[in-house]
Amino acid sequence: MVERAEGDLLERFARGERTACARLITLAEARDPRFAALYDRLAARTGHAHRVGLTGPPGAGKSSVVDQLLRHWREADLGKIGVVAVDPSSPFSGGALLGDRVRMSSRLGDPQVFIRSMASRDAHGGLAHASVEACDVLDAWGAERVLLETVGVGQVEYEVSRVCDTTVVVLHPGSGDSVQAMKAGLLELAHVFAINKDDQPGGERLAADLEEMLELRSDLVRERALLGWKPPVLRVSAREGRGIDALANAIDAHRRELERQGAFAEVRRERRAAHVRALVEATLHARFFGSGRGAGELGEELERGLDAGEGPYALAARLCARISGEEQQR
Amino acid sequence: MKPEAPSAKKIRVLIAKPGLDGHDRGAKVIASALRDRGFEVIYTGLHQTPEMIVEAAVQEDVDAIGLSILSGAHMALFPKVKRLLDEAGLSHVLLTGGGIIPAEDARALEAQGFAKLFGPGTSTSEVCEYIERAVRERSSAGSA
Ligand code: B12
Ligand SMILES: Nc1nc2c(ncn2[C@@H]2O[C@H](COP(=O)(O)OP(=O)(O)OP(=O)(O)O)[C@@H](O)[C@H]2O)c(=O)[nH]1
Ligand SMILES: [Mg+2]
Repeated sequence: MVERAEGDLLERFARGERTACARLITLAEARDPRFAALYDRLAARTGHAHRVGLTGPPGAGKSSVVDQLLRHWREADLGKIGVVAVDPSSPFSGGALLGDRVRMSSRLGDPQVFIRSMASRDAHGGLAHASVEACDVLDAWGAERVLLETVGVGQVEYEVSRVCDTTVVVLHPGSGDSVQAMKAGLLELAHVFAINKDDQPGGERLAADLEEMLELRSDLVRERALLGWKPPVLRVSAREGRGIDALANAIDAHRRELERQGAFAEVRRERRAAHVRALVEATLHARFFGSGRGAGELGEELERGLDAGEGPYALAARLCARISGEEQQR
Repeated sequence: MKPEAPSAKKIRVLIAKPGLDGHDRGAKVIASALRDRGFEVIYTGLHQTPEMIVEAAVQEDVDAIGLSILSGAHMALFPKVKRLLDEAGLSHVLLTGGGIIPAEDARALEAQGFAKLFGPGTSTSEVCEYIERAVRERSSAGSA
């Protein structure tokens, strides 16, 4: 935790020093006040990397698929790759056991690969608050591709599709929740489906079910930002390394299609806007409610309202009114 | 240790099993205990070479590394981790560990720059408290 001067940090980062890259991500995670200025200086160097999100139910094999994709793209020598892998924080202790690396060892030691584990901390939606910033740091580090693995909560994770160019939904046969999860919305957000563990029975059936559902909901597919993109359903086995070429090619094809339709740049602008909105939200939240019970400018008022038995909606409306009243007086 | 405010810097610890040692209970017990105490623990699994351990520590920017070994190969593997860590510019990282390590070996390793090493029967709260204290001490010494 020895801090050198920030300028030195950026200089070391520009030289490609991995410790500097790692430290920038740490500063983002810690919401270190120095990060804001550093980040704004890096932002100009971001936007190049293809950002690929991987989501899906717990244990579907997201990390194993990432490992195989790393191997595929690195063996083809297609530039640097960054990985951000998010695992859940314990809501009780605030701690986390980050185990995604266990499955991502095949390119460890490759100087063109950088993997960072991240705890979700107090964020929801399958990502951590600093996930986007970590992806940007890796983008500025020179990654051609940045892979973002979400927390496998088996629920809808729209967040990842908002922050990534291409969203891969990883499913596996035999998980009862797979189809459930698709109903809940994974169908709409996926650009590519990977049916993993195809070395086990059931892959064919799951793929067929999925194709059928996609056919039925082709209206959804048509309404998506990218015209005419039909999400491919690919059967893979991360364990046997089978189907990985096709998966990697589908991901790359989606990027080319985004570029062809001019959506690559458009998505970047929308993403930056979303980032700014999130920063505003976080700043306001910290200011008004701080981090604990009764904290922040409105924390005590909130507690008093609760003590007085005020209804949640009425209380929220009153707190909002107080905020806008205060803003007008400024 | 109370759960920290979300803005506070969490202590990140890498728990690694060097070499061909398959005894992973102790490592898992320590990793879970640290998580339950509010640490962020990166677990890398079995069969890690010193190179892999140090590379993971670089990328994860950890505050501490905990090596777990019961195979008897600690005198071959531990010093190498220390050397690579120094070469990578990570001398500030607390390097601790545990397992089956005879007292005289532990003394020799501590003389080489290792922090305290823990043997069978160690209480997990002792380990958690030690790591927290040692990391906080280092960070305040470092930024002073
Ligand atoms: C259970 C066990 C096994 C299980 C392992 C299951 C598993 N997945 O872990 C099995 C049956 C598979 C096994 C196999 C073998 N074992 Co065995 N095994 C044991 C035994 C009985 C207990 C180990 C254990 O799990 N303890 C419980 C955990 C919680 O305690 P712990 O690991 O010591 O961890 C504590 C501390 O050491 C410390 N700690 C540990 N790691 C860390 C890390 C950090 C960062 C910190 C801070 C603290 C810390 O804190 C923990 C909590 O108190 C020990 C004997 C013993 N009493 O230790 C032999 C022992 C370790 N095994 C031994 C041997 C020889 C073997 C085999 C080679 C036997 C053989 N010939 O096949 C194989 C090798 C397997 C392999 N691939 O490596 C020897 C090792 C001898 C040596 N080092 O010189 C021992 C010491 C038995 C003996 N007295 O001979 N073993
Ligand atoms: N049979 C088979 N098992 C696999 C395959 N891919 C992964 N697994 C196993 O499935 C388990 C989960 O794999 P992970 O890659 O950790 O899955 P994940 O989706 O990243 O899991 P979380 O991050 O915990 O949600 C592990 O035990 C893997 O070994 C595969 O292709 N075939
Ligand atoms: Mg995973």
